Amino acid sequence: MGVKQVVKGNFATAVAAKLARVDVVPAYPITPSTLFPEQISQYIANGEMDAELLLTESEHSAMSAAIGASAAGARVATATASQGLKLMSEMLFIASGMRLPIVAAIGNRALSAPINIWCDHSDTMAERDSGWMQFYAENNQAALDLMLMAFKIAEDHRVLLPAMVGLDAFVLTHTMEGVDVPLQEEVDEFLPQYKPLYTLDVKNPMTFGSFGTPAHYMEFKYQQWEAMNNARKVIDEVFKEFEEKFGRKYEQVSEYRTDDADIIFITMGSVSGTARAAVDRLREKGIKVGAAKIVVFRPFPHERIREIAKKAKVLAILDRAVSFGMSGPVFADISGSLINEEKRPMLLDFIIGLGGRDITFRDFDEMTEISMKTLEAGKVEEPVHWINLRKELLEGGA
Amino acid sequence: MYEARFHGRGGQGAVTAANILAAAAYSEGKYSQAFPIFGVERRGAPVAAFLRIDEKPIDIKFQIYEPDAVIIQDPSLLDVKEANVRGGLKSGGTVIINTKKDPSNFDFGDAKVYTVDATEIAIENGLGTKTNPIVNTAIIGAFVRVTGKVSLDAAVKAVYELSPAKRDQNVAAVKQAYESVKGV
Repeated sequence: MGVKQVVKGNFATAVAAKLARVDVVPAYPITPSTLFPEQISQYIANGEMDAELLLTESEHSAMSAAIGASAAGARVATATASQGLKLMSEMLFIASGMRLPIVAAIGNRALSAPINIWCDHSDTMAERDSGWMQFYAENNQAALDLMLMAFKIAEDHRVLLPAMVGLDAFVLTHTMEGVDVPLQEEVDEFLPQYKPLYTLDVKNPMTFGSFGTPAHYMEFKYQQWEAMNNARKVIDEVFKEFEEKFGRKYEQVSEYRTDDADIIFITMGSVSGTARAAVDRLREKGIKVGAAKIVVFRPFPHERIREIAKKAKVLAILDRAVSFGMSGPVFADISGSLINEEKRPMLLDFIIGLGGRDITFRDFDEMTEISMKTLEAGKVEEPVHWINLRKELLEGGA
Repeated sequence: MYEARFHGRGGQGAVTAANILAAAAYSEGKYSQAFPIFGVERRGAPVAAFLRIDEKPIDIKFQIYEPDAVIIQDPSLLDVKEANVRGGLKSGGTVIINTKKDPSNFDFGDAKVYTVDATEIAIENGLGTKTNPIVNTAIIGAFVRVTGKVSLDAAVKAVYELSPAKRDQNVAAVKQAYESVKGV
C-alpha cells in the first residue's frame, strides 16, 4: 500500500524516476514536460534523490548524454515532448541500436507548424520506427506505473531496448488526480539495481556503436527485431508481477464491453476513459459498442488485436496523429495486423483531437453514426474521417 | 459527479484553488480531478480552471461545458465576453462571486448566487498585494460553505499543506470567507 496523493502527470513520472533510483537525468525543458526536470531538481536539492541532473544545451545533447551514461551502466531517465523529441530523433536511433535501456517520459504534444503546445500523438508516432518501446498512459496512475515497469522491461537482458512512456500533454501532464505512490521498499523489491550485460569499463575495454559494414549491419538490426519480439513476453511477465505486487492490472490491450459489440472503438492514451464512458452512454441507447485501449504500441500487440477483431463488425480506430497521404498510424498498423486473417471486420479511421482539440461525447456520437452507416451498408466507402472538423474555417480552399 | 468552473485572472490563483479542492476531496475518500484551460496563463488575462468531484473514479478527460457551479474570482470578468462566465451553467446551479455587493445585485436566472468579499479578506491577511491580492484561499472557504462538497477541516488541511508560504494567513482567509459568505 502506497501513499495516496493528488498529483499532476509530470509529478507521477518524476516520482517514478525517484523511486526507480535513477542515477542520471539529462534533460532540456520543454512544455509540457518541464515539470519533470524541475521536480527531479527539487528532489536532488532536498536530498531525497541521489542522482546527477545534467541540464544540457539541447534535447539532442540530453539524449547524447543519456546514451553515454547508460553505456557506462547508469539507470537513466529523461523527459521531453514535441519539437524536443524531434531534436532528439537522431540520437533515439543510436540509443536503440546500442541497446541502451533508457526510459523517457514524453508529454505527447502536437508538432509545429503551426506552433501548438497542446495534446496529440504526432511526436511519438513519428518515432515509432526508432526502435524504442512505446507505452501510452490513460491517467496519472498509469503514467507512474508504466514508468516503473518500463525500466524493468527495458533492462531485461532478453530485451535491452529503450522505452518511452507517453502521457498526454496537459490532459495528464498538468491535471491533478489521485495517485497511489508506491513505497520505496516495495519498488526496490520490484525493481532491483540495473545490471548491464555490457558496459563501458576501462579495465575491460569494449566498443559501443561501432562501424557496421554491409557484412554485419543486418545482423545488428535482426537482433533489435528479435529483442522487440522478445519484449512482448517480458512485458506480459512484468505486468503480471506488477499486478501481484501492487494490485493494479495492466494489459498490452485492455477491453471494455467488447464481448457482444458490433462496433469497437480502439483508443490510446487519455481519451480511453472518455471512450468507456461513451460506451456506457451508447449502450443505454441500445447500440452495441465496446472499447479497447492499446497500452503498448511498440512492440505492436498483433495477437491481441486479432483476438479483438474477431469480436467486432466494425473497428472504429481513433488516431491522434496523421500520416499525410496514408492514414492515421494506428489504423495502418491494425490493418497490417489483420491483413492475413481470413475474416476481418470493417476498419474505419478517425483522425481526432489534433493539437489539443477536446474529445467529447459528441465526437463519439459522430464516430458511432459513421460506424453504424458503414455497418448498414456492409462496406467501407471512405476509410478515413476527420472528426469535429470546423468546416466553416476551410471555405476558400487550401 | 459534481463539476465546477473557476474563473479568474492570471496571478489570482484560480488554478491553484481548483487543485487544492481536488486534494481536499481526495483526502476525504472521494475521487477528484482538477485542470486548467491550458496554455493561457498570463498575469491579468482571463483564466479558467475545472474541478470534478465524484464518489466513483472519474474516467472522462474533457473540459467541463455544463458546470454545476461557476466561481468568479474577479467580478470584472462578468463584463468580459470572451471569459464567458455564464456559459453552460446548469439550471438551478450555483454562482459564487468575489465582490462587496449582495447577491441580489446579480441576475443569473434560476441559478443561486452567493457573494464573498475575498479581495478584502486576502488584503487583511496579507495575501498578495493591495493591487494584486491572491484571493484563491478565501474563494475556497466560500466554495466549501456553499457547496458542502468538501468539509471545512479537509479544506483547511489541504490549504495548509499546499500553501507555498503564509500558511496560517491562508488558513485564516479560508475560515473568514466560510463565515462571511452572503446568500447562505
